[in-house]
Parts: sequence; structure tokens; C-alpha cells
Amino acid sequence: MTVTSTPPAATAPAKRKRPISDWWNNLPRVQQWLVLVPLVALIYLLPVLNPPIITTQPGYDFPIAMFEVSRYALVAIGLNIVVGQAGLLDLGYVGFFAVGAYVMALFTSPDSTLHKLPFLVVLPIAMVVTMIFGVILGTPTLRLRGDYLAIVTLGFGEIVRLLADNVDPLRGNRGFQSVGHPPGTNADGSPLFNNSDGTPWYWLCVTLIILVLFLVGNLERSRVGRAWVAIRDDEDAAEIMGLPTYKFKIWAFVSGAAVGGLSGALYAGQLGFVNNQKFDVVTSMLFLAAVILGGAGNKVGVLLGAIVVAYIPLRFQAIAEYKYLIFGLALIILMIFRPQGLLGARQRLLTYGRQAYQRLLGRGEQVSSDGSLASDPTGEKA
Amino acid sequence: MTHDLSSLVLAQGDSWITFDVGAFVGNFWANTIDGLAYGSIYALVALGYTLVYGVLKLINFAHSEVFIYGAYAVWFTFFGLGFRSGATPELPVVELIGFLLLALIAAMAVSGGTAVLLERVAYRPLRKRGAPKLVFLITAIGASFVLQQILFIWRGGNAEQGIRLMRNEPVFKIFGADVTNVTIITVIASIVLMLAVNAFVNRTKFGRGIRAVAQDPDTATLMGVNKERVITLTFLIGGLLAGAAALFYMMKIPQGASYQGGFILGIKAFTAAVLGGIGNLRGALLGGLLLGVVENYGQSLFGGEWRDVVAFVLLVLILMVRPTGILGESLGKARV
Repeated sequence: MTVTSTPPAATAPAKRKRPISDWWNNLPRVQQWLVLVPLVALIYLLPVLNPPIITTQPGYDFPIAMFEVSRYALVAIGLNIVVGQAGLLDLGYVGFFAVGAYVMALFTSPDSTLHKLPFLVVLPIAMVVTMIFGVILGTPTLRLRGDYLAIVTLGFGEIVRLLADNVDPLRGNRGFQSVGHPPGTNADGSPLFNNSDGTPWYWLCVTLIILVLFLVGNLERSRVGRAWVAIRDDEDAAEIMGLPTYKFKIWAFVSGAAVGGLSGALYAGQLGFVNNQKFDVVTSMLFLAAVILGGAGNKVGVLLGAIVVAYIPLRFQAIAEYKYLIFGLALIILMIFRPQGLLGARQRLLTYGRQAYQRLLGRGEQVSSDGSLASDPTGEKA
Repeated sequence: MTHDLSSLVLAQGDSWITFDVGAFVGNFWANTIDGLAYGSIYALVALGYTLVYGVLKLINFAHSEVFIYGAYAVWFTFFGLGFRSGATPELPVVELIGFLLLALIAAMAVSGGTAVLLERVAYRPLRKRGAPKLVFLITAIGASFVLQQILFIWRGGNAEQGIRLMRNEPVFKIFGADVTNVTIITVIASIVLMLAVNAFVNRTKFGRGIRAVAQDPDTATLMGVNKERVITLTFLIGGLLAGAAALFYMMKIPQGASYQGGFILGIKAFTAAVLGGIGNLRGALLGGLLLGVVENYGQSLFGGEWRDVVAFVLLVLILMVRPTGILGESLGKARV
């Protein structure tokens, strides 16, 4: 990625160039599609192709590894709404993930006393329940700022985990066996979505990621998304300008929660088993590491971060034991040398603003991506 | 559906949460005394959070790991002295005090060293670059991860076997509740340490420097205070206190040295700091004792497995109702 080698904005704001993203944004829609469609097809085919160097075999089943990666990507997109878009540091995101997984288990597992419902019906239920939890957790905590918010969300994440430990109907360590899966059978009558074959799960997850990316992308370009950016950049200023910051922060929390619940439900379905072991704070930190590593606020960035965080331990099994150490070190080093992450947040809105401005005036006044105006003699075509 | 939902909640009777008022009333004084012992440990750790927050406005997320390094130092001291788990030696009093002091010094040295090193490696480069606050917090999380994982890779995932240097036995009774020797040592030593820190911050030249930086770093620098040295000193004091807390913790819970062991205690100590008013030394003492006691009441009221939940719920409630804590943030306030 050549993008990662661009100098930090602080040193040379006017000369800052983003070759790949600029080139990409200036392409006509048709050409963008011409690149995107084969790329997406390639992504879909990955578990079938099982490319030699990328593969995680023989250490780890490749299609399942790809599902793990896509699951992390979905989580990262959800957490990115909260952390990257709205700037709310949420250390308890695993709580939402757990709620999604538990709702799926409660409604589909034979171990539960509830009605048995099909997977596809429970998926939206899981999202709705997680959203409700988002409101429950967000309403009291989002009046807090910065560090305090981080600690409270951490506390809430722990409360969710401790509830899973202690509330009897949630079955603690025993957990729920044979959680439901989507419909469909193979030619021989065995279920298409089972826990030994990751490929259908991967396809489902990638489809959901694309869907969520579209929805989140539209949300970001909407009034809500602009409000989030305003809150992230300067909450006081946003408040003073008459923005109901509290309301929009809750929206961010709830939208992020829904995606977290969705990925939790998928995880429960694929694994077929849910108990209290997978929802600790360390997992939450790993989710956060994915978002921060890639570059909070940048969708492509967080996808990259999620791929790094999920894929590397699976591919290089020898270092899997050290993954938390490595990601911890990576966080420290990254924060010292590149606090915006591998791919920093891009201000698409400013880009639109620049285009509109240029169309209006017809000359090369350029707004650099950190928002400062600078005249650029070569900016005619930009 | 509604029928099934209600059966989910009521299927097991109401066994998953009970209000055992009898146990609460019956063990009230025992809980209070035990809670004070826990609370003084929380308070010592909380002072580390409070001091660093007061000076840097940073929640030192890795402080819980500073504490657990001290716990490991205690364990290795006990182990190195030839004590093993299971046996409770009957030591002569002088020897016992000598060994405990040795463990205390080891723990304080290790924790203090860890805290200063942490500041040097993780936070100082950020300060030089003038990073925003959130970046500090994420670095702190990363540092916490690294310190934790070093322990994990070195010592494995299981807790060390508990080693006791002295039996935890009752000395006298208050209102029918036993007061054990460990409780007495913990509470008295913690309060003495906290008074010492309070005196240090309020009466010495270095303490004045700390207060000055807490109040206004730029002006303090102009007045000739070496800000970097003050920050190092703050981390050092926090680390020393965490080390002392680690000794008392290991005396109370001998099997406490585990790579994850610091996390819950760290959160609770932070809760204690917030409860009293983060940045406020006396607040940390008050908050620690209050949290220890409330947590014990909660434990006897709801059952042992709800102990941590009580602490977290308390954290959320305090931050919602009064984020500045009972006594408010005041390290920088000029007080005599």
C-alpha cells in the first residue's frame, strides 16, 4: 500500500497527495465498478481458490479462517461507527457481540427453554435486541466524555460478561449446544451451513458486510454522519452550533451495537455453541485494536485492520500465542509514530465540498484533506 | 412467546438472584471489617490512578499491571525465601516482620520501576509529540496488554500457588466480628502510607511541585518546576503504593498472582478513585474504603458471584450521578 507512506498532515498540509485514493475518487463510476466487481468476485472465490501463499492450511482450515476474518471485519465496521465516526471510545463493544450471540442461542438452541425459531428470523431479532441494549447502555453513559466514557463502557462490557456467568438461564460455562443455522441443504441432504464448512458462512458474512457497508456509507453521507464527524472533531463546538449531540451519540452507539449483534449472531451460528468464555475484555481490546490499527474513521482502513488482526494469528500459528503481545506493542508504536492508524480517516465531505467549490468558481482552489485552504497551481483538474 | 419468556426468567424459580437479607444483617460487622481491609488495598492502588490523573489528566490504564508486577515480586520473594504453598510456617515475630519488610521492599521496587519504565517508554514520547488525550488512553491500553502478556508468556495462564507467610487468624472481636492480624496490618499500614503520601504532597518541596503541575503545567514550568521530573516522581509514588498494596493483597489472597489478576482489581481501584473524586488524595482513601465495604455488603446480600457486578454497577452509578466524585477533583487546589 503506497498510501501508508504519505507524510503526516502536520508537516506538509498543502503538498499532501494521496495517489491511490485521489486516482480512485477521480475515476468515473463505471470504471470504479469495472475494478470493484472483479475484486468482489475474487473475494467471494477466496475460500474456493485457496491460494497457495495466503492459505492457512495445514495449520487451520482455510474457509473457516476466512469466515473468522470476515467476522472480524463486520465487527470492525460496527465498532468503527462508534469509535471512528462519532469518536466515542467504547471498550465494552464485546458486550454487544455477546448479546447478539446469546439472543441467537436462546432462540434457536434446543438447550434453551424459549420457542425455537429459524436462524433467519432470529438474525433481525438479535439486531433489535442488541440495539435495545445499545439504548440501555448509551442513555446513562453517553453524557460522559473521553476517558470516563471508556471506563464506563469497559464496566458495562464486564457486567454483560458477569451476567452471562451468573444468570442461570444463560447457562454459564455449560453453554448452548447446536445453535441454529440458515436453511439450505447440500446434494446429499446434509445442512449447507454446518460448523465444519466455513465457505457458505463466509459468503453469507461477506454479503452482509457489503450490505452493511452500503448502509453505513449512506448513513455517513447523511445528516447523521455529518453530525457524528462534528461531534468527533469538536463536541463543544457541535453543541454550541445547536446540534443535539447526545441524541446523535446514542444513534452512533445503537447503529454500532446493531452491527455488533449481527456479527455475534453469525458467530454463534457458525460455531454452533455459545458459552461465557469468549466475551472477555481482552476480546474487546482485540476488536478495538483492529479499528485503531487500520485507521479509525476509514472504512477501508478498519477492514484492513480487521484482516490483519484476525488473519495473522491464523496464518502464522507459531505467533498465535503472542498475538495479544504483538497487538499491544503495535498499538503503542502506532500511537507514537502514526496515531491516525495505517490508513487515516479521510474527510470525504471536504472532498465533496472542494468539488462543489471548484465547479462553482471553475478554478484551482484546493482544500487539503485536513481542511485548510491552500491555492494549488496544478489543481485545475482536481 | 410471552409465556416462554416468563418461563425463561422464572423457570429456575428465582434462584439466579436472591436477596439474602438475613446474611446481610447477620454478617454486617464482619463484612464491614473485611471490607475495610479490601478497601485499604483498593485505596492504595487508587492513589496511583489519582496522582497520575491529577498531574497528567490521564487514566493510567496500565496501573493494574504495575500492581500485579508487585504481586509477582511478593510471590517470588516468598518463594525465594524457601516458603512453599500449603505450609503455614510458625515464624518468630522478628523474623516474620523482617520477611514481610523484605517482600514489601521488593514489591515496591518492582512496581515503582515498572511504573517509571512505563512512563518513559509509552507516555513520554507521546507527550513530546503533544498527542491528544485519546491517543494516551489507547497507548495505555496497549501497554497494559504488553505487560500482561509478558507475564503470561513467562509464567503461563494459571495463577501461582498461594504462599502464606502468616496465618490469617483472629486477634480480637468488635461487635462479635473477628478482626484478624492480616486485617490489622493491612488497614494500619495502608493508612500510615497514605498519611505519608498526603504529607509528602502537601508539605515537601517536591509535593509542591506536583500540586503546581497539577494546577497549571505551563505556569509551573515558568516558575522553575521541572515538569518531567514531577511526572516521573508521580509515577514512581503511584508504583510504590501499588507495590505495597500488592503485598497486602498477597497476604489476604495468597493465590492472587495471576497474569490477569490485576485487571479486576485495577478497575475497582479506579472505581474507588472516581468514587472519592479522581485527582484527590483523601478522596482515594474514602472511595477505597467505601467501595470495599459496599462490595462486601453486596456480596452477602446477593451472593458471592455478584461481588464484581456490584463494583461495576457502583462505578456506572457514580459516574452518572456525580462524575467528579464525593470530594471532587482537587489535587491542584492549593491546600495547606
